[in-house]
Amino acid sequence: MWRTILRRVLIMIPQLILVSILIFMLAQLMPGDPFYGSLNPNSDPATIARMRHAAGLDLPWYQQYVKWVGNVIHGDLGTSYVVNKGWTVTRIIGQRIWPTLSMGIIAAVLTYVLSISQALLAARNENKIIDRILIVWNTMTSAVPSFVFYFVMMVLFVYIIPIFPSSGTGIDDTQSFTTNFFSNLRYAFLPALTIAVFSTNSIFQYLRSNLLDQQAQDYVRTARAKGVQIKDVFRKHILRNAFLPIASGIGYSITGILGGAIFAETVFGYPGLGALFVQALSGRDYTVITALMLLQGVLALLGGLLSDIISAWVDPRVRVK
Amino acid sequence: MDGKLLEAKNVSVDFRIDGQYQTAIHKLNISIKHGEVVALVGESGSGKSTFAMSVMGLHNSDQTRVTGSIKLNDNELIGLSERQFDAYRGVSVGMIFQDPLSSLNPLMKIGDQIAEAITVHDKQSKKVKQRVQKLISDVGIVDVQRVSQQYPHELSGGMRQRVMIAIALANEPDLIIADEPTTALDATIQAQILDLIKEIQQKKNAGILLITHDLGVVAEMADTVTVMYAGQIVEQARVSDLFNHPKHPYTRSLLRADPSEVNSGDELYAIPGTVPALKDMDHSKDLFLKRVPWLDKAEVEATVDEKLQKVSDGHYVRGNAWQNFEFLEDL
Repeated sequence: MWRTILRRVLIMIPQLILVSILIFMLAQLMPGDPFYGSLNPNSDPATIARMRHAAGLDLPWYQQYVKWVGNVIHGDLGTSYVVNKGWTVTRIIGQRIWPTLSMGIIAAVLTYVLSISQALLAARNENKIIDRILIVWNTMTSAVPSFVFYFVMMVLFVYIIPIFPSSGTGIDDTQSFTTNFFSNLRYAFLPALTIAVFSTNSIFQYLRSNLLDQQAQDYVRTARAKGVQIKDVFRKHILRNAFLPIASGIGYSITGILGGAIFAETVFGYPGLGALFVQALSGRDYTVITALMLLQGVLALLGGLLSDIISAWVDPRVRVK
Repeated sequence: MDGKLLEAKNVSVDFRIDGQYQTAIHKLNISIKHGEVVALVGESGSGKSTFAMSVMGLHNSDQTRVTGSIKLNDNELIGLSERQFDAYRGVSVGMIFQDPLSSLNPLMKIGDQIAEAITVHDKQSKKVKQRVQKLISDVGIVDVQRVSQQYPHELSGGMRQRVMIAIALANEPDLIIADEPTTALDATIQAQILDLIKEIQQKKNAGILLITHDLGVVAEMADTVTVMYAGQIVEQARVSDLFNHPKHPYTRSLLRADPSEVNSGDELYAIPGTVPALKDMDHSKDLFLKRVPWLDKAEVEATVDEKLQKVSDGHYVRGNAWQNFEFLEDL
């Protein structure tokens, strides 16, 4: 097991280098730079050129890349040009990462709780009314565009039934960790729930059909022939087998935390990494963009690693001796 | 012990297909005594496994209707609730299935799968571990400790079938249903598994319902044979009578189609046609006659007595066709 993990970690190194080159090139391909638009239209082109030179933005991309990688290895992700001018990128991300992380974790937990319980309920009552209702509901949430759904949830639970705050993270740097933790829960819950309801539908449909497939397998008949009650057969045999293909996806869900946050944070006015990414993009804040994309790349690689570990853990047939 | 272990009378099974019930088994009578091995033979689709599922109560109750009477040790099984069936499955009847790989849960250790068969009926049992190990060694597995910690995919086909047998035997049932127990195994392993089943059966004096389409297995294992075609019994006899004096044309055809009976170089006989679909089964006729190409229409369509006709003591056959057939004595 440990050798498998070590081998997977070693493979990640060349992957990481490739990802960093791609990210850097993509950022460079964006039209404009941080100084366009941030300065007075009447500014002297010579001034802009001087500022570009000072920031090293007039060098060819590969020289910029080498410089950037050298700094990243030393933990220096650069300084923001636009979003929080003058702040180090590490400081900005350090401040924004906690709200996104807490929202992402709540969303992931809710997603699995909601989809597993719905799928079990539907599969146990195949073709009955409750099954139909769940199918219709999940088809509906997958058909409606996510942003429409976000606004509906916002209107419903912030204005019509005002039980959740409309914006903010509930985190105050002057307060203690525990105070922040609990006050943040209230702010993070609505966007997390919205993301969860939205990402439940694909897992629900997949798991439901897996459960029905597994129900027809021979080992289920064996368990019944032993005298195991049908509800225990579901709990002890069917659910675990049906969950296998989905379990390997759990790892990838940490990759989705940042991606899912982009819309939700913007709509719910929840200033985390997703909202930061949108701000940085519109301001061409290179250092912030590349840092965030690098973070996302690392998350994706870690997600893949986690998925492999989880599938080896739950499925004895995958384990390498 | 005297008397019947299993007695099935007038058992019919209907499946609901597109809202209509269609008959898969029509008025089946079969009985098994303690210590007796009864073989149930027929092509795929003749209703052998359907009958076994009725004895186990494993049909989907929404889609299936089972009528008649199935008595095990004089207790009526038809009409039991799901919970009542759970209490008797695995205790009074153990079942061995065809494909031991798919019949075992791929994610559960062998020891746990056998232990479940015990604990599900006896939650307080303290000696579960010892009993599991005893069962594993009883079915001829030497490396008991290691095997109980392994997963099904780590074992060979023969080992897996031994595990299935251990599960079926867990609570020392009076009746063992073996549904094609050797079909998925290599020829060399088949003999070992059959010997094992036979040995256990003799030791425990259990009755066995052996479902197979391999007549070699029947000759080796069974005391009596019931031949089924299209959901009905066509012939019922002791093994020696059936092999030496088969009466029904279907039994004759099956024996001719058995590859082990054919000399090398001879062409293997294949029965023309297939078992009719459920909706085409008219159980008032002798359905097999449709597959005898040289019979005239009147004979094929003739209505047949519902009761089997007695040929000799313990030898029964369906319809009148057997009286009109002149068979060459050398098969």
